Amino acid sequence: MNRVFPLAILALAILAFATLVLVVAPGLQVGAVGPTPGLQPYTAQQLRGRDQYVSLGCVYCHSQQPRSLAQAPDSDRGWGRAAVASDYYYDRPHLLGTMRSGPDLFNIGARLPSQGWQLTHLYQPRAIAPWSIMPAYPFLFVHKDKAETGDVVVALTQNYAPKSGVIVARPEALDLVAYLQGLKHDQPPPASAPRDAGYDRGAER
Amino acid sequence: MALTIGSLLALSFVISLIALLFLIWGITGGQFDVDQRDANIIFTADDAVNHKDRDHRFDTEAAGIDEVSRGPVRVLIASAILWLVLGSIFGLISSLKMHWPDLLDQWAPLTFGRLRTLHLNAVAYGWSSLGSLAAVMWLIPRIFHTPLRFPRLPLYGAVIWNAGLAAGLIAIALGWTDGLEWLEIPWQIDGALAVGGALFAIPLIASALSRQVNHIYVSGWYFIAALCWFPVLFIIANFPYVHSGAEQAAVNWWFAHNVLGLWLTPLGVGIAYYFIPKIIGKPIYSYSLSLVGFWGLALFYSQVGIHHLIGGPVPTWLVNVSIVHSVMMFLPVIAVAVNQHVTMVNNLWALRDSYPLRFVWLGALMYTAASLQGSVEALRSVNTIAHFTHYTVGHAHLGVYGFVAFVLFGFVYEVGPRLVGRPWPWPALIPLHYWLVLVGFAIYFVALTVGGWLQGKVMLDALRPFADSVTLLKPYLEARSLGGTLMTLGHFIFAFHVAALFMQRAPQTLARTAA
Repeated sequence: MNRVFPLAILALAILAFATLVLVVAPGLQVGAVGPTPGLQPYTAQQLRGRDQYVSLGCVYCHSQQPRSLAQAPDSDRGWGRAAVASDYYYDRPHLLGTMRSGPDLFNIGARLPSQGWQLTHLYQPRAIAPWSIMPAYPFLFVHKDKAETGDVVVALTQNYAPKSGVIVARPEALDLVAYLQGLKHDQPPPASAPRDAGYDRGAER
Repeated sequence: MALTIGSLLALSFVISLIALLFLIWGITGGQFDVDQRDANIIFTADDAVNHKDRDHRFDTEAAGIDEVSRGPVRVLIASAILWLVLGSIFGLISSLKMHWPDLLDQWAPLTFGRLRTLHLNAVAYGWSSLGSLAAVMWLIPRIFHTPLRFPRLPLYGAVIWNAGLAAGLIAIALGWTDGLEWLEIPWQIDGALAVGGALFAIPLIASALSRQVNHIYVSGWYFIAALCWFPVLFIIANFPYVHSGAEQAAVNWWFAHNVLGLWLTPLGVGIAYYFIPKIIGKPIYSYSLSLVGFWGLALFYSQVGIHHLIGGPVPTWLVNVSIVHSVMMFLPVIAVAVNQHVTMVNNLWALRDSYPLRFVWLGALMYTAASLQGSVEALRSVNTIAHFTHYTVGHAHLGVYGFVAFVLFGFVYEVGPRLVGRPWPWPALIPLHYWLVLVGFAIYFVALTVGGWLQGKVMLDALRPFADSVTLLKPYLEARSLGGTLMTLGHFIFAFHVAALFMQRAPQTLARTAA
């Protein structure tokens, strides 16, 4: 090969073709599908909580894409039905994730709906699950001598509680929990919504 | 929907036809002719004559031609190594946190989710990218037989790129991120990396156009393609407010795998294609085979990204396209492997003499291994187990560390003395670095591969609680930290040695050389 421009143009043409197949085509197909019927947009507080989720990098250990029972026992673990594209209608940025150092969270709001549980778990995961390797997020909380009106106090067992005073959730922690509580994707999926059905034998979509 | 898919199929048909016409035109015009003799253009008259004598000898002929590119290459190597050291520290702390979760948990910038991201961005866009660009700038005069054109542009490029990356890492540490894996640097800052990338592409293309040999050596194909691809990829993927939801996930992984497949891989393969035959002093085994490797990489690697979403909320056909292309990657990978490894195996004696060659060839070997592993990992049956586990982390490091970093270590050791005109101040540190990172990485890779596989098996077993997949990993994560510590130590030694070489005063070294 002795010419620069044919080389560069062909290389760019191949990339353009790949972009067409992997970006434009799915964009058109997925973009044509609206939200899953019954899926609620995020509230302002949930969006603030989602920003916390993004900024703290929760996505690097928690996926949000349960797989079908034909592939994996995700729904047996209470992680929810197989996700379809329309479940993500309101998601920007997407948080599908590629890692399950911790469990899938796409239906955490249905599986563990308690605000108190979530706050304690965020403050110190090992106060609830001694085997957990999740980071603690003490900076989302504040240590006070005494709770004031409107404060949400974190319930802690003796070995994790401060010697005196109380641990109170900061707004960031409350927002994050509101987001987690809202993660429920149990609406019946529309038939037209795409999903990789490669594992569902005879169920070509 | 049928209409959309139909029109896309028609469009892809038209594009294939145009590409075919291009190919026919290229073949008839002799554009794609490669001759085994072309493989010799990387050698100078006195090469291959006396290999053993050549180590650490300053090449006077190259000295003239390197005059203008020496500065940019030094700056690029120095900043790449700085990012390597920083990135290793971030990576090591992240690794420790996975088995000591309460370590350093009082401050948000030090939380796992941010440190891990800092690690990825520092080593991918700092060390690997800038290190590879240093090699490209160094090799341009050698493969084109002419001094680097616009030699100030790479300097500006390095400054802009480094500033953008530093700003990006600070943003991530403070919690300002785009939130997409491999695309975390806020798009407002990303422009710096795109502009920086273009500032390296211009001198490359200009030098290629004014080259003093007719033929473009195979490394040049990879470099030209990679530097054309990167700015395009980076701009499309980072363009804000276009994508959301599941569709954005497809864009995310289209980019994230292309930044490996169309950026770091062609750079690394191109560098190995130069140094393996150059250090041995014999041309590569089959020069025409390298054509298959190059075009195969371009065609197949550009469409593998969606194998990261197997079983996910994206269309089945899209996943299948990526799986098929992942498997097709066998073709270019085997072509490159035959070329590089047969050349090496025919000249194994050279490994004894040259640590740079050991690094580069081992890197090339790990490229072959990582690629074959990646093709198999994309199969649905394997992916079900390996996806979402540390197995994938091990695989990613086999590619980006085992391959790219090893090739770059070899590059720095090979050219360092030629760059400054002095020998390495403490040659014994080179084998020390080599064995530390080799043993460290072996521990790292085996631990995550075995541990990740077991993790995947447990997660697929409905009768075992999720907690089992966490507890069983603990010893493997500890072993990973051990391996990572050895690797990081190796990097400290490497950084120290390069700093000593660059900052050494000339008179001292003259005495040393004379002695």
